[in-house]
Amino acid sequence: MSTVTASHIRKKYPRAQALDDVSLDVEEGDIFGIIGPDGAGKTTLFRILTTLILPDEGSATVNGLDVVKDYMKIRAQVGYMPGRFSLYQDLTVEENLNFFASVFNTTLKENYELVKDIYQQIEPFKTRRAGALSGGMKQKLALCCALIHKPSVLFLDEPTTGVDPVSRKEFWSMLKRLKKQGISILVSTPYMDEASLCDRIALIQNGKFLKTETPKNIVKDFGSELWSVKSDNMSKLLKDLRLNKEVETCFAFGDAHHVTYKHEFLKEEELKAYLTNMEHTNIYITQIQANVEDCFMRLSGKYMI
Amino acid sequence: MNPIETIPADKVIVVRDLTKKFGDFTAVDHIRFEVGKGEIFGFLGANGAGKTTAMRMLCGLSKPTSGHAWVAGFDIYKESESIKKCIGYMSQKFSLYEDLKVWENIKLYAGIYGVPAKEIAPMTDDLLHRLGFEKEKNALVKSLPLGWKQKLAFSVAIFHQPKIVFLDEPTGGVDPATRRQFWELIYQAADQGITVFVTTHYMDEAEYCNRVTIMVDGRIDALDTPKNLKEHFEAKNMDEVFQQLARNAKRIEK
Repeated sequence: MSTVTASHIRKKYPRAQALDDVSLDVEEGDIFGIIGPDGAGKTTLFRILTTLILPDEGSATVNGLDVVKDYMKIRAQVGYMPGRFSLYQDLTVEENLNFFASVFNTTLKENYELVKDIYQQIEPFKTRRAGALSGGMKQKLALCCALIHKPSVLFLDEPTTGVDPVSRKEFWSMLKRLKKQGISILVSTPYMDEASLCDRIALIQNGKFLKTETPKNIVKDFGSELWSVKSDNMSKLLKDLRLNKEVETCFAFGDAHHVTYKHEFLKEEELKAYLTNMEHTNIYITQIQANVEDCFMRLSGKYMI
Repeated sequence: MNPIETIPADKVIVVRDLTKKFGDFTAVDHIRFEVGKGEIFGFLGANGAGKTTAMRMLCGLSKPTSGHAWVAGFDIYKESESIKKCIGYMSQKFSLYEDLKVWENIKLYAGIYGVPAKEIAPMTDDLLHRLGFEKEKNALVKSLPLGWKQKLAFSVAIFHQPKIVFLDEPTGGVDPATRRQFWELIYQAADQGITVFVTTHYMDEAEYCNRVTIMVDGRIDALDTPKNLKEHFEAKNMDEVFQQLARNAKRIEK
């Protein structure tokens, strides 16, 4: 059964078409990732699905309820963690939680089991004002507040932006535990490496979904052979690879460059000879599986030199 | 530590036992390192490890509790005003004025950093040409996509040809293609001899730095080239190096 659906949503702002014919379908109990850069339309989509703004065109449902007509019912059933820290800075950790609980006619005690895992990590600071917490702690408090009324669907708008890689991993393991409790989760992120942690993902750019698929199928559909190339001089290597007429695209990916070829396949020896001729040493060429970032760049039409 | 120690001439940043305490909390704990001219120096660490505090001291914005540091040859205690003149700074959070046009932002920053008035206009045209932004000269900055803003902000931060540019998470939230173009700008600046001091949460970007430090609980727990760090920690990539080190953090997050 679908927990969240959207059908041909459009939303225009004076300066931009924020969403352009967006459709999606989130299965119950799934983690659905919306992946794309700032300004792609992620927040607009979340605001429509959480009934905070109206779409210009199209329709959407949450738990079978219409986001326009049934907005009051939806608000009681979903948890929303906005991108910007949205708690009361002058209230303490505990006061924030109690406030959000009371808004939904519940108490921390009543739903303690649900937030226990996360709340215990911030409990030592329960008398500290929210404004004085570190980034990671604020994020945990915001997640507790979004969960306090036992929502069946959780909307998390860029929960890991600006968060270091260790805390990001921790946050995702918290999401996995929530999923086990049967909560459906929509989460947006600009970090492509988080895609593999989702059941399904939608890649979004300029208000359009480029593709919606499981992470496995996205990379399977890359549609071209992809090669990883290294040498002792990586910055010269980037330029030299781009000078090669057979090379279609070449981009830096950490400690290697990812290369696609214009024609059917790459003749490793030929490329190696070309690079040796350009005075490269310790040349290393190997075929690899594309990752989600490769796919995003190719699909967004920016996978060009 | 002897403050009269000579500063190595080829080093643009020299840091010796630099420490900053807030009450009984040691945010930065006796850090030591040197950065060479034209080097791309990656400054990594978990949230709360002390990166921002260290960076603020090096920019002359915050007084250390103890230790010494020289930036572009100037003492951070006595010559912080001289330091401010020869550095550039940009972050994800603060870069340009949204309600000013592209050329107005350039003129404003160039003026603040003392670029002679006569030179600003031709330099502006040259910069916009190199970035391919000629058509956007009169556009308000708020109308530009984030990636463009960040590229422009970086160019503005080095417009006055500083010796060092400090970049605080410059590519957060930027799309993958623009993120790579941004790094090409960083390489160009380094090739011109500008030293780049950069923080990032993207571990693939750590690989693009000449050397990388990883701060844990206010200390520098690792400092080397990405290649040597990976060998030393027997890690496939910089993400694994980071995970191994940052997991050792004992400090209770504040």
